[in-house]
Amino acid sequence: MLIIKLAFRNILGAGLRTWLNVFVLSLAFVAIIWMQGLLDGVGEQVMNNMIETEVGGGQYWRRAFDPYDPLSLEAAHGPLPRSLDELISQGRAIPLLMTSGAIYPQGRIQSALIKGIPPDQHILNLPTGLLEEPAPPGMIPAMIGQRMAKQTALKAGDDVTVRWRDVNGTFDATDLMIVAIMNTNVPTVDNGQVWIPLDRLREMMRAPNEATLVVQGKGVPAVPSGDEHWVHRDLDYLLKDVVDMIRTKSVSSSIFYAMLLGMALLAIFDTQVLAIFRRRREIGSLMALGMYRGQVIWLFTLEGALHGLLALVVGAVYGVPLMILSAIRGLPLPPSSEGFGVAISATMYPSYGLKLVAGTTLLILFTVTLVSLIPTRRIARLNPTDALRGRTS
Amino acid sequence: MDGEIVITTEHLVKSYPMGGRHFTALDDVNLSFVTGEFTGLVGPSGSGKTTLLNIVGALDNPSEGRAVVLGQDTRHLSHRGAARLRNEHLGFIFQTFNLLPVYTVYENVEFPLLLLGLKASERRDMVRQALDWVGLGDKVRSRPAQLSGGEAQRVAVARAMVKKPRIVLADEPTANLDAANSHKILRMMVELNRELNSTFIFATHDEKVISYLSRIITLQDGRVVDDALKQPRAA
Repeated sequence: MLIIKLAFRNILGAGLRTWLNVFVLSLAFVAIIWMQGLLDGVGEQVMNNMIETEVGGGQYWRRAFDPYDPLSLEAAHGPLPRSLDELISQGRAIPLLMTSGAIYPQGRIQSALIKGIPPDQHILNLPTGLLEEPAPPGMIPAMIGQRMAKQTALKAGDDVTVRWRDVNGTFDATDLMIVAIMNTNVPTVDNGQVWIPLDRLREMMRAPNEATLVVQGKGVPAVPSGDEHWVHRDLDYLLKDVVDMIRTKSVSSSIFYAMLLGMALLAIFDTQVLAIFRRRREIGSLMALGMYRGQVIWLFTLEGALHGLLALVVGAVYGVPLMILSAIRGLPLPPSSEGFGVAISATMYPSYGLKLVAGTTLLILFTVTLVSLIPTRRIARLNPTDALRGRTS
Repeated sequence: MDGEIVITTEHLVKSYPMGGRHFTALDDVNLSFVTGEFTGLVGPSGSGKTTLLNIVGALDNPSEGRAVVLGQDTRHLSHRGAARLRNEHLGFIFQTFNLLPVYTVYENVEFPLLLLGLKASERRDMVRQALDWVGLGDKVRSRPAQLSGGEAQRVAVARAMVKKPRIVLADEPTANLDAANSHKILRMMVELNRELNSTFIFATHDEKVISYLSRIITLQDGRVVDDALKQPRAA
């Protein structure tokens, strides 16, 4: 208690020098938590958006299906095994069928991925109920995303011709009625895609009871498909690219944090070195009064470390309101963010987990203590008689 | 002198490396001090006064010979052992007062008692007594920067005496004081010496201090050239 009280008195007695160091350190503390919180929040948003809108709780893929190779779609569909049929009938999964095709908006040709989905599904957060809207006779109701609408200059109520190949390799064509333009944050269910009712696509492809993939609901445990043509893809697999992207961003951010923290720690280090130099006589006096060398080292180390504690307090004073405000109101992204190709909302909401706050706090306290300890090793070599004279050994 | 021997030095030598040679600060010093002495180490600058005081105070170690303080050979004391000896039995008074700038007068005087781990009520009584000795009971809340030189040195005396040490080592205690304050401080120390029977050893070349001493040990070039009792002036 004696040393803690003395340490507190000493750093508060240093006045502006202490508060400047504390403020700089607090800036590093708040900046790290706030920026990492934004990154974590964006990452969570992206993952949630993808899970809600595209990935569900996991998927079963037709083995030949390769999402990066449109040519694989020709062979990547087949009948559903009983286990997956059961899941679907229980409402815990939905089948999707896909084929490549082309649409002809305003007489232009544009390739499109045609996806069939049950209109009454509730697994994915897509307004597929709109596909139950009646279309004129001979037309198939279809839904596209706002990005696709922009690419094709189509709007709700427009009709467009679609051409595809059925399972026998025969080309066929029909007309689609765009019944809805959906707003979605997930480009991978929007760009270059047309959504129609599943049963209509099965008819078009002459592929009854077939699917390309099955999307299971969130929280639904995976079951063995019982069919070698169907493989399960869990969330780790499906979200790997997103996770890798976030991890890469975290690494680059960490470099920035290290630089920011490094500058603040340099100020603490310099303060410590100066304090030990200026207070040599005081160090000698403390030893003459009966303090052990270790106690004196502990005193000066604690003085430096207390900068970290004060920085946390000061940081909390302005940082907490800032973080609460940004958590409630979010940060709007510029319109150009739509082109990022990532399932990100128009507004970023940060996420300040306990791990982030506690981890950053511990990191700062630890590094500040370490940086404060390094210069105090001089005290271990200091001769008390020289210190009393104001000399260094 | 009569009384229990508290300090003994035997063939004490202290030398420092300086360039390629050695500077001998103390050369074969043989002395002893008893309880209750009021003694001074007198000599010009560089004669070894402060060096001897530092060795006796367990702040430094001799190059040769030994110093036995209250039965303990200072050569064999660890850093902790030496700190404990200083904390429990020795009081220091410095030329530049060496008060802790962030503590009040009360807290400065209390500091050695905190190191001893005494209870709060004990500490309070002892600090009050020490401040009464030096007549600074009304300055308990002041900080060192608010004190005059004389007042600061009185606080230093109170701090040195608060634990009623067996030995008090004073290194040029009046060097930064005017004559009036010097006499005031010295009379105070004489009184405390009489009341507590602490052994006072001064390092000084100040005639005002010398006039109060009952024993003068003259050092020159690290050697004891004279060791004589004298009649001190009345306090």
